[in-house]
Amino acid sequence: MINASLVELRRALDARQLSSVELATLFLDRIAALNPQLNAFITVDRDGALAAARAADARIAAGDAGPLTGIPLAHKDVFCTEGVLTTCASKMLSNFVSPYDAHVVSLLKAAGAVSLGKTNMDEFAMGSSNENSFYGPVKNPWDATRVPGGSSGGSAAAVAARLAPIATGTDTGGSVRQPASFCGITGIKPTYGLVSRYGMVAFASSLDQGGAFGASAEDCALLLSAMTGFDERDSTSLERPAEDYAAALTAPAAGKPLDGLRIGLPREFFAEGMADGVRTAIEAALAQYRALGATTVEVSLPNAKLAIPAYYVIAPAECSSNLSRFDGVRYGHRAAEYTDLADMYAKSRAEGFGAEVKRRILVGTYVLSHGYYDAYYLQAQRLRRLIAEDFKAALAQCDVIAGPTVPNTAWALGEMADDPVQMYLSDIYTIAVNLAGLPGLSHPCGFDAQGLPVGLQLVGDYFSEARLLATTHRFQQATDWHRRRPACAQ
Amino acid sequence: MSLSNEQVGHIARLARIALTDAGIESTRAKLNDIFALIEQMQAVDTTGVAPMSHPQELATRLRPDVVTETDRREAFQKIAPQTEAGLYLVPKVIE
Repeated sequence: MINASLVELRRALDARQLSSVELATLFLDRIAALNPQLNAFITVDRDGALAAARAADARIAAGDAGPLTGIPLAHKDVFCTEGVLTTCASKMLSNFVSPYDAHVVSLLKAAGAVSLGKTNMDEFAMGSSNENSFYGPVKNPWDATRVPGGSSGGSAAAVAARLAPIATGTDTGGSVRQPASFCGITGIKPTYGLVSRYGMVAFASSLDQGGAFGASAEDCALLLSAMTGFDERDSTSLERPAEDYAAALTAPAAGKPLDGLRIGLPREFFAEGMADGVRTAIEAALAQYRALGATTVEVSLPNAKLAIPAYYVIAPAECSSNLSRFDGVRYGHRAAEYTDLADMYAKSRAEGFGAEVKRRILVGTYVLSHGYYDAYYLQAQRLRRLIAEDFKAALAQCDVIAGPTVPNTAWALGEMADDPVQMYLSDIYTIAVNLAGLPGLSHPCGFDAQGLPVGLQLVGDYFSEARLLATTHRFQQATDWHRRRPACAQ
Repeated sequence: MSLSNEQVGHIARLARIALTDAGIESTRAKLNDIFALIEQMQAVDTTGVAPMSHPQELATRLRPDVVTETDRREAFQKIAPQTEAGLYLVPKVIE
């Protein structure tokens, strides 16, 4: 049952083969057994989950169940949950019981999904390894000596270890796709503006976007369909009708499943820097895509290499502004001793923020300070346009772009902890997608020689989530990489 | 570009983050690594390229000027470090 798809769980719930309470209990018991080792959850809300499950069972009995009614899930601890601790993995918010729900949380509650708790992450979603958490690092379920990726590492590890069938995440520079790749699961970051940022603790507002984790594209499609939709409380929320991404998966194919699909392979992503095990798995997956009827064409993203420097101006600049709200006055950590107001601010923030968050605030403060704005922030925004135009030109020649999600597989805990720049560089394939605001998905496509999962990234044009999910679904119907599980979830 | 300890101290004051002298020194080394990465941007000629703040170039949405929120002061102040009589308490600012 722990490895059942959402469709199978739905069928079992509707047929009363098991109740939502039984299902929630199954996963809560797995969390109790495995979380001490994996550290994927910061907060487990057993009572809340069982109450929601009882309500879901009543809905199912009344014939009022939707696709997610009674389905357990986990929320990244970046989403505000009313009455439940919302820490963002920071000491700053370690006492913050949110007085309201994020839009995503309220949508999923209304759908009848059962939240099991809040998952660990890099503090304020800043990091690629989940080691920047006040609550300690998450362990990769495939190898507990390795990182799960970040920043949504707890959500990815929870789904991979089957502590939850699905989980929410957020992706500012790769924080859904990269941990999905490292943990061997499927993760999608939709077009910027599709998922409301209301109640999602802000990091870099022009890049932050909610996303979905599941074992398969089908599970992600069901979750994402329930997360998207216009919300007037987010000024960047797009006024578009919600889509049923799961329905799009069942469209019949004439001939081979992917006949007519043109896959663009960016020359720059295949040039150098990719680990051998990643290259081998990606090339085998591309051969599989061709066998399913797709054709591949070389495309170019000449400015992609500028994505990392541009991102490390834009994201810290927006972070320094967003995180100025943490002042120890209205909520969050306040230092115990201080001499005056300025001292209270400085000490509360020095104590409340971890090292990486402080570094990014300082970088952002500098690039936005008097005399530097044009040279840094405006220059980065100009590069952002060049990068977006590269994607536009590439997507004129193909339907989706494919490549590795990350140049390597999960690295060892501590390996890059003291070298932030080295870690930044590992996000080379994901960051450009956020700068352009495009949707991106990572799906498992094999393993390297150490038995660690490799992820393949698909990127499409704005609002092509249905195509990305359907393409992955076809691949997953013909392969079983998405059904492979670590030993703890056999 | 390389930041001095004085510059790091100045940025930290602007950001309202207390740093010890030892903290300034170790922070400076890491910030200089980050700025070395960022400097790669400066080699690109972007004359005539309009800055992109946003992927969708949305106009700011307007709404009717009516009250939409309810008063939840008690719920919000329950999580504050220090309050009194509905007010947030901070150290004395004006003598």
